[in-house]
Amino acid sequence: MTRSGTAGAVVARSEAVSPSVTVSAAGGGLLRPFWWRLVGAGLLGALTEAAGIALLATATWLIMTAAGQPPLPALTVAIVMVRALAIGRGTLRYTERLASHDAVLRIVTEVRAKLFAALTTRPLARNADALSRMVSDVDAVQDAVVRVALPFFACGLIALLTAAGGFLFGPLTGLALAAGLLVTAVLVPYLGYRLARSASAQLAPLRAAYAVTTVDVVHGAADLAAYGAAARYEAVGAAQAAELSAVERRLARRSFALDTLSTIVSGLTAAAVLLAAREQGTSLVWAAALTIAALGTGELTLALLAAARKLAEIQEPLRRLGALGISLRPALLCTHRDSFMQPAVPLSVQSKGVEQTVPEVRLDNVSVDGRLYGISLALPPGHKVAVIGPSGAGKSTLLQVIAGAIKPDHGTVTPTVAEFTVATGLMADAHVFHATIEDNLRIAKPDATDSELRSALDTAGLTEYQIDVLAGEDGAALSGGQRQRLALARAILAAPPVLLLDEPTEGLDPRHAVAVLRSVLESARDRTVVVVTHHLQSLDRLEFDEIIEMDAGRLLSLSRNH
Amino acid sequence: MGVVRPFDPRLIRHVPAMRRDVALLAVLGVATALSIVIAASALAKALAAFSVPALATFVAALGARAVFTGLSGVVTARMAATVKAQLRGELLKAAGNAGPVWLGGQRAGELATLTGRGLDALDGYFTGYLPQLVLSVTVPLAVLLTLAFADVTSAVIVLLTLPLIPVFGILIGWQTRVATERQWRRLRLLGGHFLDMVTGLATLRAFRRAGAQVAAVREMADRHRSATMKTLRIAFLSGLALELVATISVALVAVPIGIRLLSGGLTLGTAMLVLQLTPEAYAPLRIAGTRFHASMEGLTALDQAFTLLAAAPTAKASTPVAGFTELVLKDVSVSYERETALSSVVLTIRAGDRIALTGPSGGGKSTLLALLLGFVTPTEGTILIDGVDLSTLDRPAWRSNIAWVPQKPHLFAGTLAANISLGDPDAPPEAIDAAAKAAALPHDLGIVLGERGHGMSSGERQRIAIARAFLRDAGLLLLDEPTARLDRVSEAAVISSTIALAEGKTALMVAHRPAMLTAATRVLHVENGTVTELPTPALHPEPAGDPATAGVIQ
Repeated sequence: MTRSGTAGAVVARSEAVSPSVTVSAAGGGLLRPFWWRLVGAGLLGALTEAAGIALLATATWLIMTAAGQPPLPALTVAIVMVRALAIGRGTLRYTERLASHDAVLRIVTEVRAKLFAALTTRPLARNADALSRMVSDVDAVQDAVVRVALPFFACGLIALLTAAGGFLFGPLTGLALAAGLLVTAVLVPYLGYRLARSASAQLAPLRAAYAVTTVDVVHGAADLAAYGAAARYEAVGAAQAAELSAVERRLARRSFALDTLSTIVSGLTAAAVLLAAREQGTSLVWAAALTIAALGTGELTLALLAAARKLAEIQEPLRRLGALGISLRPALLCTHRDSFMQPAVPLSVQSKGVEQTVPEVRLDNVSVDGRLYGISLALPPGHKVAVIGPSGAGKSTLLQVIAGAIKPDHGTVTPTVAEFTVATGLMADAHVFHATIEDNLRIAKPDATDSELRSALDTAGLTEYQIDVLAGEDGAALSGGQRQRLALARAILAAPPVLLLDEPTEGLDPRHAVAVLRSVLESARDRTVVVVTHHLQSLDRLEFDEIIEMDAGRLLSLSRNH
Repeated sequence: MGVVRPFDPRLIRHVPAMRRDVALLAVLGVATALSIVIAASALAKALAAFSVPALATFVAALGARAVFTGLSGVVTARMAATVKAQLRGELLKAAGNAGPVWLGGQRAGELATLTGRGLDALDGYFTGYLPQLVLSVTVPLAVLLTLAFADVTSAVIVLLTLPLIPVFGILIGWQTRVATERQWRRLRLLGGHFLDMVTGLATLRAFRRAGAQVAAVREMADRHRSATMKTLRIAFLSGLALELVATISVALVAVPIGIRLLSGGLTLGTAMLVLQLTPEAYAPLRIAGTRFHASMEGLTALDQAFTLLAAAPTAKASTPVAGFTELVLKDVSVSYERETALSSVVLTIRAGDRIALTGPSGGGKSTLLALLLGFVTPTEGTILIDGVDLSTLDRPAWRSNIAWVPQKPHLFAGTLAANISLGDPDAPPEAIDAAAKAAALPHDLGIVLGERGHGMSSGERQRIAIARAFLRDAGLLLLDEPTARLDRVSEAAVISSTIALAEGKTALMVAHRPAMLTAATRVLHVENGTVTELPTPALHPEPAGDPATAGVIQ
């Protein structure tokens, strides 16, 4: 169902963009293009709140004045104002909400793209909650604007103006309003913020533990079912959910106590304003209008409390985004602003149509802590090399060092990382994307012709599907062997000068495996090919120019056939 | 399905404890409405003709209202927490009952999201929306009654305009429902796209395509933005209509009573009471209306959860089973959406048969194992265990006869020992140690694996799965390409221990290695969904049973 309409964007086919352009803006630059949209939304919000309070105050003024039975014209302005404010408030609110959401969603689009750009240049952290984390972290940006910054600005400004209005009628009304607002607009939101922070601190580890169990229950369903362990893991999950629920209930009690406090203080403030107005001799009409306005600030201060809670909730996600160099704060205050200016792994533009010469691959005394020890070897251009050895011998690491995906701790590798497009292929962590077979292939070569795609699939032995078939989540629509052949076809299509293949025939039956490997080696012609494999005995050793044997991170032997 | 109702009746059915909380909420709703009327009357009195008792009454009544509102919040928060905990438990249970194939089709990631973040959206529905729903019944009623006694004209205006709010709300709600559901689906799709991209980052980097994917991610996010804005333009329209009805009604009431005051047809006290109470009548309906679209996410998640729970197949079969002497597949066919995995397979497996399955990948070998595990049910035909239909057997009991080594084992967050003793958490340490040794696993069984076994190589994953099978003392061994990722040395070790394990047991082994075939008494070739018996491997020393009965007809 999701095939049409979205599949096009699933894997970008456009030519590689230079990341120095994509990954550039940092820090406060994120908000800058949307600055005026944000200011506009903030002012609209303030006007909306003002209209709400003014409507109540004006209506009260109208009634109180009318009771003195003045001539009708004395009320005309108030009547018009009441009607205008009545219509204006709703319209303002609608405009404000559209304006603020439009601005924030534009920001969010940027954040998603930047987040991904930042992740592309980081060491890969492969934890499964990346999805929910990323989605909700980005939501935090939306909340930071719509539910925190804008309400703070709009409600704070109008609360301040109302207090100032109190002083217009006399110091006593002013003081009463200011004192009340100090509690409801400052103290209570601050308490709400503190409470919400401790709530997140208590809930976060519980939620994380529950999420891990969920992943195990859902993704490990087959293993659990086969081994009769499903009930045990479900019980763990249910117990975690129950604990979460108990903490949530306890926190809710405290949180609603604050709401109650806020409303009670609002009522007391209104009463104090009325008493103060009488004390300083303000007219009954204005005293009533002011009292109603004071009562009206109750809605503002509850909005401030909600904003303060939201602020506490989004602290952690914003901090995580900040650690990736994405910050909403102005650049001057941003402490992480340069953190993704220098990509950990430089990316380069895909070279197009230029036939690259096949270089000699040289490793001089290369070590990777705990995995490779003092590897030196030279692979002449065009050689076909097999790397064999037990699992854990360091074969895949060796391949990744040659590819430039892992930087050696000691020693040098030629071609260097800067000439990074030279060596690539099918690596141990090859991923099949939830996209069509075609899109999965085009990752390797965006401008490949259909016949190039076909021939890569033929060489890899994946011929049973049309190229518009969706490979499914985690390649689930394909069998293990078919996934491996798709990944192999992708590597063949890439046709780099040095083709690296990690277990290319894994999951294939032996006869098939030999045929596939032969056709891969043939299609490589005079390019260098390095194949990592466990089971060479079933292959014709003579297919290779060199056989490298590894164990425990060291070269054992290097045998040459020619 | 259906219009999203403001209160899902399935809630009460699923969580009977909700009944008491709903009643409590109703009582609090009535108390809140009374305190609102008392506070408004007292304030009107205090403003019209100042008196300290009136002001004190106002403060007290407002305080009571705040307390009742707070209590409603506590009650609804409790409801939310209870419902979430229960649904989470049920969803996880349903996931287990429904089995891995159903989960695969339903996309496991979606379920994981639903039980976590999805259900958390219910907080907004319960604490934000539900109390307002109760108040929008009690408060307008109390206000209208009070107004009817104080000033009939105003009461009539309120009575006539009040229904506009739900009418507008429903009209616009119909419009937004479809759009919101679509947005929710899009959000999940976008989430899937994100995870897919992040999981595949290593591959993207290998082909220098990661930078280019930034554009794809941005494009997906931008599509999400424009879809969301389209929804919001309609969704906010309901907020606009509700707010307009409420504020214009205040103007509709305030201006006439002002003019009637001029002519002396009304006392100031009554006029102030009307002015104070009128906005209160609209407030709960308006707030409920504006929060409805926000709580839709929670309601949609709730609907999804209930639908999922109703759709999840529950294995009710309970015929007990303990071992078997003969396993018969009678004309078994299995078709998936696009293709036929197995067609009309006829096969008899006797206890003690050790069968090697050969054939190209995607030929149906894995499906055959999934059938015996009960993960897949035959589209046609039956599987008989000593003459009893497998579908009528108690699944967990049947599976306790099976040791399974899957192609892609899932590793659990926990210790290596816990991963090995998955089928028997109370296994003695020596037994776990022996199983680990047999599978050539490292000695330190206390090491903790990351989420989904992060940090384990493919070879280690396979060997953990083999160790699990070793520990499980089961009569039927199902192995799926068990040695695909092992090096020569451990392959030899595993093969010899597998042979030892399979001794005296029934085994079905998907195997490519000739060495594995030496352990087999029968060899079946599976290709294009058909099963053919091959001659017993010549290198095997024993005769493969009576050829007359071992035959497999295709």
